[in-house]
Amino acid sequence: MSDIKMSIESVDKFYGPINDSVAAVSNLSMQVQTGEIVALLGSSGCGKTSTLRMIAGFEEITRGNISIGGQLINRLPPVKRGVAMAFEGYALYPPLSVRDNIAFALKSTKLSQSEITSKVNAIADMLEISDILDSHPSSISGGQQQRVSLGRALIRDAELHLLDEPMGQLEPQLRALLRGRIKHYIKSNGLTAILVTHDQAEANALADRIAVMEEGELQQFDTPDTIKERPANLFTGTFIGEPPMNVFDASVHRDGDVFVFTLGQKNSVNLTYTQDQLGPSIGSMLESRENITLGVRPYAVTRRAEGVPATVMVNQWLGDQSHIAADFADKSLVMVEHDRSPERSGEDISIHLDPMSLHFFDSETGDALSHGGVLVS
Amino acid sequence: MQHVSLIERLLRGVALILVVVFFMFPIVWIVLMSFQTNETILRVPPSFIFEPTISNYKALITGKLETSAASLEINFLRNLGNSVLLSVGSVALALLLGVPAAYAFARHKFKGSEDIAFTLLSFRFAPPLLVLLPLSLYFQKIGLADTYIGLIWVYQLICLPLILWIVRGYFEDISPDIENAYRIAGHSWFSTFRKIALPLAGPGIAAAGLLAFIFAWNNFIFALVLASADKQPVTVGALAFVTASGIQYGQIAAAIVLSIAPTLALALYAQRYLVEGLSLGAVKG
Repeated sequence: MSDIKMSIESVDKFYGPINDSVAAVSNLSMQVQTGEIVALLGSSGCGKTSTLRMIAGFEEITRGNISIGGQLINRLPPVKRGVAMAFEGYALYPPLSVRDNIAFALKSTKLSQSEITSKVNAIADMLEISDILDSHPSSISGGQQQRVSLGRALIRDAELHLLDEPMGQLEPQLRALLRGRIKHYIKSNGLTAILVTHDQAEANALADRIAVMEEGELQQFDTPDTIKERPANLFTGTFIGEPPMNVFDASVHRDGDVFVFTLGQKNSVNLTYTQDQLGPSIGSMLESRENITLGVRPYAVTRRAEGVPATVMVNQWLGDQSHIAADFADKSLVMVEHDRSPERSGEDISIHLDPMSLHFFDSETGDALSHGGVLVS
Repeated sequence: MQHVSLIERLLRGVALILVVVFFMFPIVWIVLMSFQTNETILRVPPSFIFEPTISNYKALITGKLETSAASLEINFLRNLGNSVLLSVGSVALALLLGVPAAYAFARHKFKGSEDIAFTLLSFRFAPPLLVLLPLSLYFQKIGLADTYIGLIWVYQLICLPLILWIVRGYFEDISPDIENAYRIAGHSWFSTFRKIALPLAGPGIAAAGLLAFIFAWNNFIFALVLASADKQPVTVGALAFVTASGIQYGQIAAAIVLSIAPTLALALYAQRYLVEGLSLGAVKG
């Protein structure tokens, strides 16, 4: 399971003249292991779909190399790359029935008609589209078309499966059900898959590793847990996690045994932590700095009588948790509580930020410096 | 359902009748003329009541034009055959060249591709005579004057831009990912073009071909300048009815009926295609 199925080396993608236009993808390098599910996660226009299409062969690689199964594929036509793809726009063939749309991917293989039929039926069962197999694409809903497109990709025995926003059109319940089934299908058939998504829940649920992209650059490529707990930079920190991480610019100075962080300008708040509370290595890191960016996840914000004051702005009960947005150091701080909280707008609360749940980022570059008392190596 | 008052319905009916009469009258009148002799056609005031005769059609088919002065040979059926040959030939050639070109312009944008496409379209803007005079000199030099091949070639000025631009819109309407999906499933570029792109653009190609056929059929000036009597289509051949002893209105009318019959039949048959096809192309293309 440890051999490399696909590798991208220093790939750039320019639409238009090289260096003269904005890079859709710049200096991207990553490797996908055999049997792995990797998610390319990012907002619209971050280069994730361009990357996928370069792997498939629908976009030229401006610079750099991509290889699949050890073979350089830069110049190979899509048909020779051994990849299967589910398209974001479904791309179903209108004159064919759903059954034929799924089956035509198998036509070029040497499977017998009965084998094809049973494979199509199995995949249709998995995707809950058995009842529409004889319909035509124009008469089924967007969500159904998306599942057909997904089925057409998954049914193939390809080196690499590329799934572009595979579940964007599905209803939430169905999406949750299919996530599990698709993951099981990919794993039990030993397939290798790369999926593009802007939905972090989908990436977390399906992927073994997530590649977070922004403005054409790879921000971090790691397991979902690591990305959540140890984001490589401020972008990943704030992009991953719902609700997003609270971020404050702070000035820091040492006052005897304690470090004082001053957050905000007008209604500034001072947070004081002893060296012991922060962890031994953090102290030396902080000593050389005057400014720092401090991040804390909404789940890690707690309330304590001797905490720092904040004013509740909005308190929303979502049915299973409360999201409280509070006015704190000129900004809004969001905290999540699992019980229904009685606070109303305008009420004062006092909050506590546990030093072991703080993330420190360089205020200039945004690079992560430490997570919960452990320095970034 | 929307309520429509009686007066509104009545007015709508009258308006429709007016439009139909306006457009259909010339055709009906010509059909009536084709069954009359020159004498009944030219009487004043004109009348709808006459004794029908098929002598005009007989003259056209036998090729003997009887005038009050003499008997004239005309070659109308040959003209009709020429029209069919020239129109079918030029539309076929234009489809053969234009459809792959349209696909290329739709799918593979390259530097200058818009300019080339526009240049091809601009052939339609040029006054035909401006092109024809130098062309007839060149054609005489290279031996293409008064040949079917030469005429079909010149007819591309009409057919090719039309087909290229209409069909291109159709190809652009097809999501490239449908083709990509087919290609990635193990099919070559050419088989994708043949099995996916062509069938999906089929209605558009048919509509464009039909329009091109009608334009080619109705062309007058190219054949007038470049072809001699035995290569001329009906549009030019009709000139033969203007004889020394007068204009043979009856035969002209019969000739017109015979010459518009194929295009009219084709247009009626493919009306649905044409409207659906062209409006789709226009909206999305």
